[in-house]
Amino acid sequence: MNLSNSLQITSLSDPGMVRSHNEDSVSTDVAHGLVVLADGMGGYNAGEVASGMATTVIVTELQGLLEQFAPHEVHAKSGEKYAAIMLREQVAKANTSIFQAAQSQPQYAGMGTTLVVVLFYDNRMTVAHIGDSRMYRMRGDQFIQVTRDHSLLQEQIDSGMITAEQAKHSQNKNLVTRALGIDATVESEIHEYETEPGDIYLLCSDGLSDMVEDEDIGLTLQTLGSNLNLAAQQLVQMANDNGGRDNISVILVRVREPYPAARGFLAKLAAWFR
Amino acid sequence: MAKLILSMDGLVLKEIPLAKERTTIGRRATNDIQIDNLAMSGEHAVIVQILNDCFLEDLGSTNGTMVNGQPVKKHFLQHNDVIELGKYRLKYFNEQTGAPATAEFEKTMILRPQAVPKVPMEAGRKAGDTQIGAAATAASRTQTGAAGGAAPVQQAPAARLLGAIQILNGASAGRELELAKPLTTLGKPGVQVAVITRRPHGYFVTHVEGANFPVLNGKALDAQAHALKDHDILEISGTKMEFFIKS
Repeated sequence: MNLSNSLQITSLSDPGMVRSHNEDSVSTDVAHGLVVLADGMGGYNAGEVASGMATTVIVTELQGLLEQFAPHEVHAKSGEKYAAIMLREQVAKANTSIFQAAQSQPQYAGMGTTLVVVLFYDNRMTVAHIGDSRMYRMRGDQFIQVTRDHSLLQEQIDSGMITAEQAKHSQNKNLVTRALGIDATVESEIHEYETEPGDIYLLCSDGLSDMVEDEDIGLTLQTLGSNLNLAAQQLVQMANDNGGRDNISVILVRVREPYPAARGFLAKLAAWFR
Repeated sequence: MAKLILSMDGLVLKEIPLAKERTTIGRRATNDIQIDNLAMSGEHAVIVQILNDCFLEDLGSTNGTMVNGQPVKKHFLQHNDVIELGKYRLKYFNEQTGAPATAEFEKTMILRPQAVPKVPMEAGRKAGDTQIGAAATAASRTQTGAAGGAAPVQQAPAARLLGAIQILNGASAGRELELAKPLTTLGKPGVQVAVITRRPHGYFVTHVEGANFPVLNGKALDAQAHALKDHDILEISGTKMEFFIKS
């Protein structure tokens, strides 16, 4: 089914104030309810190659699969929803592609990328992430971080070595403990959440979350939520005003109305004509 | 690399680079930094280094360890912190702090599992030296939290201009609104909304929603952001207001 009427999506990617290239990559497909954000790393232009491969592979593969499988249906053998299975398999596929490119071409050696992929379907979403690119949710006046970074800093916070407040001053912000394309296999963290009309979701690279306080990000979504393009511009501008030391990418998704999956024959037919 | 400067009564004694993962401080000769003074315990304190960050931990010393005048059990060291051990002072320098971060430094890097210093294990084991079991780990955690409160908070200097708007007509004429937040919205949601953004080099007004655009000094704006000057007159959904710089 086509989610173009139920979701509003906008994305923006900016090299920032210091870097000459943009190693981030974003891709959105509102009809399939699919958004992908990747923050590449590696010398020369390898970071761009890794993040570009990740978004392209995942979007094209999932677009094909979504024409054949209904993400809300449960796979009989594993008891898992197709959404989770599809995400995990395609993330693994992207990992293999990047890893093989890095192995076979010396200029790409060691390249990798962080990743957040979200698939919206049936009034819910499945989120897969690797590394320190994040997803946040604004519901009413509640602004929360949905994903948990795979980073050294997050491990230090979890183990009680430092507090979240101290973490802001840490010099180890840029060390991720998991990334796509670095090893032959990667474990993606996958969770499913319900969505509500009015929710605003933000996907961003660390160029935003390191430069702008969560409080100011929340304030922006709350005050400018009615104009997503402006909100995205404002977020990038705030990161640049604070120094813009890294590439900044944001994807904003607003749930306009419920989007239950078409289950009966008639509903499927109706969905077909929408 | 981080380093310590050891001094007593304002006299610099030596400079100590923090090259090891664990640098011990105490009276005994087995310590990396030996301070032969009766006020020191045999094994007084340790500095644990994890990549670019250093953590100071008191090893249950008799006379305790102070950082910037506060007694600490465990402390996340910040550039320019002063560790006091009896009459001795150790000043902590971490050159990366304060210096403009290079692009290279900001780059995201992958940390392979085998290269990760064993964060949780390390913390648990060190606590175990002085106390026992899981309770010790828990105690060590709360101390880390407490040290957090004492840690100096580095805030960017906020020497920005503060602006405000005063409403000129309607029921709330005369009311003044300080523009202290990074964003302040004005107008009626669903009808016409504009936002005033506070940026390092001044204030800007931008149209957010509605068919009508804000009017600045008698001229309707377009979709772009417009810089606000002192005593500009702004009109949003029938309400007139004056923008001015307060300080």
